[in-house]
Amino acid sequence: MSSESLSLDGRASQRPSVAVRRASPLAQQRRRQAWLLVLPAMLMLVVIAGWPLLRTVWFSLTSAQLSDLTQHPFVGLDNYIGENGVLRDGEWWHAVGNTLIFAVISVSLETVLGLGVALLLNTPSRVRSLLRAAVLVPWAIPTIVSAKIWSWMLNDQYGVINAILLHLGVIDHPLAFIADPDLAFPTIILVDVWKTTPFMALLMLAALQMVPSDCYEAARLDGVPRWRVFRHITLPLILPGVLVAMVFRMLDALRVFDLIYVMTSNSRLTKSMSIYVREQLVDFQQVGFGSASAIVLFLLISTFTIAYMVFTRRRMQGV
Amino acid sequence: MKIKTGILAVIATLAAGHASAAVLRLECGAPGPGQDVCMTSAKEWAKKTGNEIQFVATPNDSNEQLALLQQLLGSGSDKIDVLQIDVVWPGILANQLLDLKGYSKGAEKQHFASIIANDTVGGKLVAMPWYIDTGMMYYRKDLLEKYNQKPPVTWDEMTATAKKIQDAERAAGNDKLWGFVWQGRAYEGLTCDALEWLSSFNAGTIVDPSGKISVNNANAAKALDTAAKWVGSISPKAVLNFAEEEARGVFQSGNAVFMRNWPYAWSVMSQDGSVVKGKIGVMMLPKGGAAGRHAATLGGWQLAVSRYSKNPALAADLVMYLTSAQVQKFRAIKGSFNPTMPALYQDKDIIKASPFMAELYPTFASAVPRPSTVTATKYNQVSNQFWNAVHDVLSGNAKPTDALAQLDGSLKRLSANGTWK
Repeated sequence: MSSESLSLDGRASQRPSVAVRRASPLAQQRRRQAWLLVLPAMLMLVVIAGWPLLRTVWFSLTSAQLSDLTQHPFVGLDNYIGENGVLRDGEWWHAVGNTLIFAVISVSLETVLGLGVALLLNTPSRVRSLLRAAVLVPWAIPTIVSAKIWSWMLNDQYGVINAILLHLGVIDHPLAFIADPDLAFPTIILVDVWKTTPFMALLMLAALQMVPSDCYEAARLDGVPRWRVFRHITLPLILPGVLVAMVFRMLDALRVFDLIYVMTSNSRLTKSMSIYVREQLVDFQQVGFGSASAIVLFLLISTFTIAYMVFTRRRMQGV
Repeated sequence: MKIKTGILAVIATLAAGHASAAVLRLECGAPGPGQDVCMTSAKEWAKKTGNEIQFVATPNDSNEQLALLQQLLGSGSDKIDVLQIDVVWPGILANQLLDLKGYSKGAEKQHFASIIANDTVGGKLVAMPWYIDTGMMYYRKDLLEKYNQKPPVTWDEMTATAKKIQDAERAAGNDKLWGFVWQGRAYEGLTCDALEWLSSFNAGTIVDPSGKISVNNANAAKALDTAAKWVGSISPKAVLNFAEEEARGVFQSGNAVFMRNWPYAWSVMSQDGSVVKGKIGVMMLPKGGAAGRHAATLGGWQLAVSRYSKNPALAADLVMYLTSAQVQKFRAIKGSFNPTMPALYQDKDIIKASPFMAELYPTFASAVPRPSTVTATKYNQVSNQFWNAVHDVLSGNAKPTDALAQLDGSLKRLSANGTWK
């Protein structure tokens, strides 16, 4: 209570207009109108996100089985911290590790490559719009399809990649990219980079186009070298855009599923958190335990999001 | 036999008489040769009874099929009336399936008793046997003759023969040739393959029928060690991501000497246009050493009716028609699907089309079941732990003894107190 009133006071003192607005009937009406306008969206969110989430939380506290959902004995936090709970399952932590490695490496590579592609696309050219469309092709193909295409291309018996590499003399025997335990994980990351770099490039291109051209003109008149223009003008100005793109990708990468599922299926070696959750829920029919791991996954991702939001808000306020 | 078929046909027409032109949704499996054969018989039934059949396509991988069926059935959907279920699924799906006892009119007595027992859960006949599968060894007769080799009896002999032919052929310029292809992807198929290795070395069946976990033993380690040595020598490393069709792809292109696969591959590879047509021999899977035995994993598919079907009587009638002797004979000749009726193994037409059926009859009759009955609803977890342990050994990430000890531990945790009974 006290902290709430404090913050209210603080805001009120910063913005005296609040007190004035509260008195005005017009402002009040506007406020009500705003709420009314937001209401449908809020209701929608509650129905399609809130309700399933609550249901999952409820299931995670039971030992329900997929074969008979009418019976769901309450077991408290057993699915989380019990003897066989998800937090004590080595395989879960292995999946968490896999996912983190995947997310960090793929997002870093995609950011660097995406920035490069965006800079290239930003240079004026007559075929620019054609190039921009062409670059988007990998992003436009559904992941299931592109994952399957890549597993065929990477096959060591009839895959085109091995044929090319052999022909060029880079390798002397075909490599089993998605079957060899040492190669499977890097291969999955590379395919993800191929697929998602266009998305990053596009977001960064949007940021690049927001940079006012007079900055560049001034720099050119002053004869500033290109690298310094990039470091001191371009990069700081597009950084917020880049960060947003990175966070989007990071959230996406943390729940990676389809690519791994298609390319290496149920192999323990490349299991991500989402694959683990699906396996428990569907393959093993453990709705209770699976829901618990889904909730842990949800909490991990939301912690990451909240941390990011706090971080950026501080940064914005600092600027 | 003929009289029984006649009776079935009469029942079919009677059953169809009182329900006019219903739409039934039948799952005929993933697109491929098996689906075509299934559709042909189903369409015949539709024509005969004046009903309409819609076909529901499913994924190729049996794990994914199960997941899809569970989602459909779990939501009480009537999008599917008749479904194909694997021999290890009756325990998992029993709650969602119709009891066929009232519709079978004793037809189940014609089938292998062991499979009927497998399809009976808690006194309910939840599915009718459709065809049996067992693992078998395909080999290139022409290549074995060329190098003067006899079909091997033990795994060691197979390894030596495969290696010899592979080396000689490669030296002669056929550098794509591999000795042995099989199913090494981390999925249910690997459980089937590995169970064969274990059984052939007398190493048990993971969990024995009494419910005791038996997988951690010296013979099992020897079996896994033998298999791990194939990867990269006589089998391509990619075998670690092979399912049935990938293995057949390599063998049918003429690029493998031996292949472990199910019976369906016989008819596909014997069709016109197949590179290996007329060059294939079939034999029992090798023994694990002189003291071992020929072991083949029991597979096979059943037909079941969803509890949520709007036309249960018609759906059951379709199941009875599709599993009848007449249709099973057609399927055996057309698609080399092994009948589930002992009597059909003496049928001359069937033996002519697929000679191996008579030769391998002992294997079919004594195939090794996966421990799905004793582990019931936990079977999927047991199998998953098993195939992952095996996959770790095959990919060189774990030693057989360590992997088996670890597997033993995780299976004990799964069963709560080290046994299922």
